[in-house]
Amino acid sequence: MKRRSLLAAVAAFAMSAAAAFAADDKPAIVFDIGGKFDKSFNESMYNGSEKFKAETGTAYGEFEIANEAQREQAIRNFADQGYSPIIAAGFAQASALEKVAKEYPDLKFAIVDMVVDLPNVQSIVFNEHEGSYLVGILAAMASKSGKVGFVGGMDIPLIRKFACGYAQGVKAAKADATIFQNMTGDTGAAWNDPVKGGEITKGQMAQGADVIYAAAGATGLGVLQAAADGGALSIGVDANQNYLHPGKVLTSMLKRVDVAVYNVMKAGKEGTFKPGILALGLKEDGVGYAMDEHNASLVTDEMKAAAEKAKADIIAGTIKVHDYTADNTCPVQ
Amino acid sequence: MSQRGELPQWVDLGLIPLLNLAVALIVAGLVVVIIGENPFEAMWIMLDGAVGSLKGWGYLLYYATNFVFTGLAVAVAFHAGLFNIGGEGQAYMAGVGATAVGLGLEFLPWPIVIPLAILASMAVGAFWAWIPGILQAKRGSHIVITTIMFNFIAASLVGYLINYWFRPVGKMAVESREITGAYIMSFREVARDFFGVRVASSPLNFSVFLAIIAAVAVWYLLWRTRLGYEIRAFGANSSAAVYAGIKPDRIIVITMAISGALAGLMAVNEILGVQHRLVLGFVGGAGFVGIAVALMGRSHPVGIVLAAMLFGLLYQGGSELSFAKPGINRDMIVVIQGLVILFMGALEYAFRPALAALFFKAED
Repeated sequence: MKRRSLLAAVAAFAMSAAAAFAADDKPAIVFDIGGKFDKSFNESMYNGSEKFKAETGTAYGEFEIANEAQREQAIRNFADQGYSPIIAAGFAQASALEKVAKEYPDLKFAIVDMVVDLPNVQSIVFNEHEGSYLVGILAAMASKSGKVGFVGGMDIPLIRKFACGYAQGVKAAKADATIFQNMTGDTGAAWNDPVKGGEITKGQMAQGADVIYAAAGATGLGVLQAAADGGALSIGVDANQNYLHPGKVLTSMLKRVDVAVYNVMKAGKEGTFKPGILALGLKEDGVGYAMDEHNASLVTDEMKAAAEKAKADIIAGTIKVHDYTADNTCPVQ
Repeated sequence: MSQRGELPQWVDLGLIPLLNLAVALIVAGLVVVIIGENPFEAMWIMLDGAVGSLKGWGYLLYYATNFVFTGLAVAVAFHAGLFNIGGEGQAYMAGVGATAVGLGLEFLPWPIVIPLAILASMAVGAFWAWIPGILQAKRGSHIVITTIMFNFIAASLVGYLINYWFRPVGKMAVESREITGAYIMSFREVARDFFGVRVASSPLNFSVFLAIIAAVAVWYLLWRTRLGYEIRAFGANSSAAVYAGIKPDRIIVITMAISGALAGLMAVNEILGVQHRLVLGFVGGAGFVGIAVALMGRSHPVGIVLAAMLFGLLYQGGSELSFAKPGINRDMIVVIQGLVILFMGALEYAFRPALAALFFKAED
């Protein structure tokens, strides 16, 4: 008798668990190892998902992976449960997504920062070099010493793409400018080391740099702090980080992953999901530079005009910003 | 009658670990209650996710395979009184060996490439442990310090190698291209391509047999060979071992190399078996879990296999749990895993005195 009630309880648990799993056309997102509260890339996508939830009232599935094997497991689990579209956050999930997307041709998938060429996958990539070019122009014009800095997170091609676009912008505005480029490290820890980021920034300031661009995840917070403390200007990344140190952050290079995620989820709900490559650059407002009340006094009309002109030229195709990842080289240093 | 008397074996090896596990689960359950979830439901999801389906078992055994290799690596060094904390770096470096051979000899058929890649993993892992071994033997640099530092060197070096050597030009992901011969390691693809059978999707692959072979080989080495006797004698009392004619330098270097080779096998499971390419950070802490596994398994292959399976269960059940309950996120899972390690490993003997007192009282 007792055993039977125990069994019943177990069955009830199993059923409630199954009910929680049942999902029809709900979107899901798999965050990468950084976690959804990284104040940067993943968190931006989390905000996009939350916005979707708040507006439509549709809950979404989410998972933060803790090790390599979970990438495929997480995507596959969501696919098994019928979630669609399933969004993979970050280029590291490409191989896993490719495998699963092939096995579930009826479901829709999306990946950010990488191209997966399948008929049911939307690949969302950003032209970070274009946005970085614009903040490079602003940096060169705001600099009094003619020396500017760049602090990257982990030394990977994606970050070199930021650095290379920035360097091209700086040189375009001031051909004799000096650019100091440093990477925080070559392991994943480099994304989350604000202390080291601050030290590198102080080093660059000691060499004369007075505008420093951080493309380093949470490490960038240390860069912005050190620049603000040392009287230099800084440039934030991904989200608008101008508010962190009002009057001391020149601008932020925006990369609208939140909008991208929101659009994918919304398209999935409304049935307007389109597979293929979606390259978001200046033209699509996928990247850009942030202007608000915190940096209005820092960016002069002349600077703004130069940035806007470059933006128009890039959109029109008269300026071509070299993409580092195309051939792993950068024409300017 | 004394408190220090021997407890029967079933108490020592059976009852005490079970008691520790029970206490760990009760405390973990309390944590689950604090964050407002039902602990019984959480427990059920964890168990069902790990052992309730073939897929769950596949993942459990896949994780366990990693931990058996790194656990054995730590255990072998333990027996010589050496604390090898470098399993993480040794496995990471071994991945480079496996990938270099797998990609470099791609033109050869898989029956030649795969065994060579496995040997390369072992060789590179052994090499990465051999250096701290030599430094300990010849220069007296403490093995704990050097192996930890070698983890950092490996992390940077492998990151560099993937970025600048292995990564195809124009590709964003920090990983090598695919090792084409490696699909033969995977159960799923072999079953599909050669037998036309669909099996549950899991990363389980033929490395699991390698883990069993490694466990038996370590047992044979330590308790049935002359070298094993020398290792254990040196670990038990190094002065006495020297007096008996055992050369300490030789034992340190050889033991570390064996330990590194075992850690290197972890790369076989992960690189050749699952990812089929060199991926940034593929070790993911398995080298450190190996220390807990070796401690819990009391440095005996049988204990290590069981402890590795327990950790496999916690890993797989844990990820199913954070799937079903987004409130229990991955950091909570680490807390639960940590509690199990705390009670099973660190507080292993916490209940022993009380239990012993109870036992001998009952005997009187």
